[in-house]
Amino acid sequence: MATVNDVVIKIGTVNGTGSASANGLLMKSIFRMGIPVVGKNYFPSNIQGLPTWYEIRVTGDGYHSRSNRVDVMVAMNAQTYTRDMADVAPGGWLIYDSTWPRSQLLDRDDITVIGIPFSRLCNENFAGARSRILMKNIAYVGAVAALLAIDLDVITQLLEETFASKAHLIESNMKAIRLGSDYAHEKFSCPLPMRVEAMDATSNSIIIDGNTAAGLGCMYAGATVGAWYPITPSTSLMDAFRNFCSRYRVDPETGKNTYAIIQAEDELAAIGMVLGAAWNGARSFTPTSGPGISLMSEFIGYAYYAEIPTVLFNVQRTGPSTGMPTRTQQCDLLSCAYASHGDTKHVLLFPANPSECFYMAPTAFDMAERLQTPVMVMSDLDIGMNDWMVPELEWDEGYVPDRGKVLSAEELEGMDKFYRYLDVDGDGIPYRSLPGVHPKGSYFTRGSGHTKLGAYTEDSAAYQDVIDRLLIKWETARNILPKPEIEYSKFNKTGLITIGSGDGACTEALDRLSKQDIGLNYCRIKAFPFSEEVADFIEQHDVVYVVEQNRDAQLRTLLINDIEADQTKLVSLLHYNGMPINSGFVVDKVLEEIAKGRAA
Amino acid sequence: MSYIAKPKVSHPGMPKNKLGLTSRDYEGTVSTLCAGCGHDSVTAAIIQAVFELGIEPHMLAKMSGIGCSSKTPAYFVSQSHGFNSVHGRMPSVTTGANAANGDLTYIGVSGDGDSLSIGVGQFVHAIRRNVNMCYVIENNGVYGLTKGQFSASADIGSKPKKGEPNNQEPIDPASTALSLGATYIARSFSGDKEQLVPLLKGALMHRGFALVDIVSPCVTFNDHEGSTKSYAHTREFYHHVIDIDYIPPAEEIKAAYAEGEAMPIELHDGSTIVLRKVDKDYDLTSRASAFKYLRERFNAGEITTGLLYLDESRAEMHDLMGNIDTPLSQLSLDGLNPGSEELKKLQNRYR
Repeated sequence: MATVNDVVIKIGTVNGTGSASANGLLMKSIFRMGIPVVGKNYFPSNIQGLPTWYEIRVTGDGYHSRSNRVDVMVAMNAQTYTRDMADVAPGGWLIYDSTWPRSQLLDRDDITVIGIPFSRLCNENFAGARSRILMKNIAYVGAVAALLAIDLDVITQLLEETFASKAHLIESNMKAIRLGSDYAHEKFSCPLPMRVEAMDATSNSIIIDGNTAAGLGCMYAGATVGAWYPITPSTSLMDAFRNFCSRYRVDPETGKNTYAIIQAEDELAAIGMVLGAAWNGARSFTPTSGPGISLMSEFIGYAYYAEIPTVLFNVQRTGPSTGMPTRTQQCDLLSCAYASHGDTKHVLLFPANPSECFYMAPTAFDMAERLQTPVMVMSDLDIGMNDWMVPELEWDEGYVPDRGKVLSAEELEGMDKFYRYLDVDGDGIPYRSLPGVHPKGSYFTRGSGHTKLGAYTEDSAAYQDVIDRLLIKWETARNILPKPEIEYSKFNKTGLITIGSGDGACTEALDRLSKQDIGLNYCRIKAFPFSEEVADFIEQHDVVYVVEQNRDAQLRTLLINDIEADQTKLVSLLHYNGMPINSGFVVDKVLEEIAKGRAA
Repeated sequence: MSYIAKPKVSHPGMPKNKLGLTSRDYEGTVSTLCAGCGHDSVTAAIIQAVFELGIEPHMLAKMSGIGCSSKTPAYFVSQSHGFNSVHGRMPSVTTGANAANGDLTYIGVSGDGDSLSIGVGQFVHAIRRNVNMCYVIENNGVYGLTKGQFSASADIGSKPKKGEPNNQEPIDPASTALSLGATYIARSFSGDKEQLVPLLKGALMHRGFALVDIVSPCVTFNDHEGSTKSYAHTREFYHHVIDIDYIPPAEEIKAAYAEGEAMPIELHDGSTIVLRKVDKDYDLTSRASAFKYLRERFNAGEITTGLLYLDESRAEMHDLMGNIDTPLSQLSLDGLNPGSEELKKLQNRYR
């Protein structure tokens, strides 16, 4: 029986051999045929020579997470033949470079092995070592295209666009495509029973990674100062911001920049620069990852206490310590929520995909300036560095940035006296002045004990007055942050909560479970502190599964700590091996819990 | 701590600056440092320099880290914005603040522990970026607030109040700054206001990173016999190399200089620094010879003071980054994004 538009292709190569562009070409071709795709890159923390994989899930149903199945394995790395062969699902196919035949690949009789002499074909047709290696990648794209019935015209079109100014490259790439394609057609029965077929489900979508989308969001949000220290997996966020700024943020008259990007000497300096710029009124931000947050913690506490709008993007990677820098997790929830010594807590936003990375950028700046506090956008490697299919991004021309309570020169002029930390409106948010605006706005910013009038203090009551007021602000934050996305199934007393990149796997799992007549209510949290809706959701259910990507159930801890959620209701489903969570995991765990007698 | 309000006494006959303000208008709260602390003399010198330059108080940004020195911005120019940051991190905050708004005059006040021990990383990188600021190090060789431990500027053989003499190489901020390409490097002594005030003025008006390293004795923990950062030791061994006079823009050079002694250098804002060459062989425009000189005098146990290096030609951070003249913090957000149509267009590459 033929399976159409439901296939997972995994390609094993050696990193540093240029396979990324071939894999991108393959994925985009399928996308251009109107078929939804999910791309996942599993790469080593290394420059050249180690195994790397790219996984393309073709999903006509339009799911968003990875699948834990491999149907077609393109094994281009002899080092990993054994595990690549083991990965293939029964009934699946394994394609390998048969220039050097490998009898051990024939060990499994439940899969079909397709040998194509990629090296020999490329050596015969191309000159130069580098070119032969690159073209071998393109040749496997041709072979896969033939085997899965990917439209060669679409591939041709993509190559023409990619190499618009280098005609000779279009020719050589097409030659390599045909080498793979022709060989497959000649020797094997094409297409396979598992194949693709054009549909119309991607016309309003784009393929983008979260870091690019976040960088674009920062540019649109009007960020003017970015300070950073390179760290995987956040580096490409600043690269994207720089690219967009170099295109859209150069003053046409003077040729000068309306942005400043400073590569700091370390994360301590990066966050210090962000504070300094924000203190002066610029929208400033820093992208980082877990180890960076550890280093920035002292300043994050300062920004909390001195009330400086600060935006951070934490593209989380696997910890603890250096951990696995190129693997994903949601492991910094606690370290970010309570970053720094003393009584501190911070606003967190949880984007679920690149689209939300874009839209949450202006939200992060708005909230930081409104609340005068650090706001951390908690992305992760899966969102940040993988290619996701998302609806085309839109910009609301009516967007009015919320700069918060910043006093103008006229307002200061009209005041009797300005006090920086006075809660005039009762919402816990004081008024702020910017340096150089008006003599009456001057005040002394400090991380040491201060009174509500802004003066240094070691007086117990005066100190407590200010830190208690910060709690009022915390409650204000709770009410104005993005609300959770809640979906009720049938009448049911079981709920499921997740955050961020857990969304794709959970929504797919709910869909799959509903086909087994198991209906769960769903709540995807978008911000910390948690809103009333989150508390109500937990209240409404006897059992709530909490799906998150860390070992220690950090989201569950936050729920118990922040809204006093009944911990006996909260059942953790934890995925923390560094790979993006998949729906199969959620389905299996829920079924296990049901079998144990947990309601569903 | 400073719960005693400082009385604002102003005499009608007090001199006024170009803004019509008196030096009283540039004072701060009462110092809470020890009586006789060198830092208080530096504070007085800063007040005089800023007053005489006629800087609008609210256009001055006072930046600091943590330590006795870093407390001092509260003691001068109350009407300026202050940013008392975290230990050793004043340079990064100033860098970011300056990137957002280069129209303010930045004075960073730090100490030897803050800048040369915990904060040496940020200190050197602010120099490399040539951040436009006046960076004051109140250098006394010890930690005050934690009671007398050596800092990284303590000289070999210098004796603490209790315990063993220091046996590690000191970090000299001036020669460090010289090796990193600082564009204005001065050293002085808290007890020599006559030399210090013009050096501070030049540093405040210099476009680029201006270091003023000031030996500023700690009377409580490092002013004893055997200390190389005491008042007595400094007075005995300090040596003027090049003193300067600071002449504001459009003002004539009036002082009488001996033939061949004075050399005027114009700063970016049109003011002039007149170098009074005390040591005729010293060339303050050559990094190599300045370094050699500093090292030789240091080996001889001397503390060289004055303007040690000056380069008015190098681009500062904003120029290096190619920023527009309007402070980034003052740009309207409306003009900063290309709008919805362009967003639609730019996404073609993601299809």
